[in-house]
Amino acid sequence: MAEMNINDAVLTTRLDAVVNWGRKNSLWPLPFGTACCAIEFMSMQASKYDMSRFGAEAMRFSPRQSDMLMILGTVTNKLAPVLRTIYAQMAEPKWVISLGVCASSGGMYRTYATLQGVDRVIPVDVYVPGCPPRPESMLYGVMKLQEKIEKESLSMRKDHIARFYESLARQDALQAEKGLTSQQTIREMLMDAADRGAGTIF
Amino acid sequence: MIIEHIDAQLPGTVTDRHAFRGDQTIVVAKESLLALVELLHREGFQLLVDITAVDWPERAEAQGLARFDVVYHWLNLASQERLRVKVPVADGETVPSLTGRFKTADWFEREIFDLFGIGFEGHPNLKRLLTWDDFPGHALRKDFPLDGGDPFCMEGCTAPYNNGERA
Repeated sequence: MAEMNINDAVLTTRLDAVVNWGRKNSLWPLPFGTACCAIEFMSMQASKYDMSRFGAEAMRFSPRQSDMLMILGTVTNKLAPVLRTIYAQMAEPKWVISLGVCASSGGMYRTYATLQGVDRVIPVDVYVPGCPPRPESMLYGVMKLQEKIEKESLSMRKDHIARFYESLARQDALQAEKGLTSQQTIREMLMDAADRGAGTIF
Repeated sequence: MIIEHIDAQLPGTVTDRHAFRGDQTIVVAKESLLALVELLHREGFQLLVDITAVDWPERAEAQGLARFDVVYHWLNLASQERLRVKVPVADGETVPSLTGRFKTADWFEREIFDLFGIGFEGHPNLKRLLTWDDFPGHALRKDFPLDGGDPFCMEGCTAPYNNGERA
């Protein structure tokens, strides 16, 4: 330790900058592993690629304790309401990385069973292409997210998440009104969005 | 062989038969299915490997025959003999359920009900198995669009099998 006096001990900065610095270097990932991408993700967490170097050490399997949702693999229409619930339950502020082509766009599965991109039901921050993406690509995705967090303002992220909650309330209301299953409710909402020319339901 | 035995025990049951590389196939009417199943079970065909179905829309239109085949695969564990049984079913008809004799038929039949819309008489819990309860249509019928009328098959989508229609 060098000698310190009051002039050396004080540093002025913006609140945004210091808060985002803390956020970006302590992301707690929640792996939503549905397919082969999750295997690549395990590799990325293991010793060779070691995601812990980026401060994303604390793997949690409960949405209540995580703030970075990593979607690893194919998400079916049947699973879409579950994914929305999990995202809604995560601690704020929260970010989403969509890993691999299936999660990002439905990939090669252009069928009735597969959700054609998770960004239709939840907001996504970073997309990682590849089938499956190599661990390096996944790490690059995390780094890109860190860059994004660095540039954010605090209120921006708040509004971003609030829009999603609003769509969740609409979903519940529609479900109660029409007496549908949650999957069919989301399907109807997607249809309506498509009619309006929108690509998402939030 | 089991087919000769069936002919002797239940004459007239087998309406059609063929074999390919040792795979025996017989076609029976749904009315005689349960009696046949009891016989097969007695004769040692006690493993119901699989139940599935095939959709032949052109067969129904052109020849006026039943649209679906429900296909059963049995294995005789003692003699290692296999038997395939096909039961033609018209659209909207039901087939007698095998859940009374084979517990495994429960989920197989629910799956067929879900994906083909063929009902099974006497099934204890006939509801959809893979898709959700109010899923529109039956996904494995040939007239079901591949993308399920996916609302995001928007204009400009160049997938060769996008018919631009909604389910």
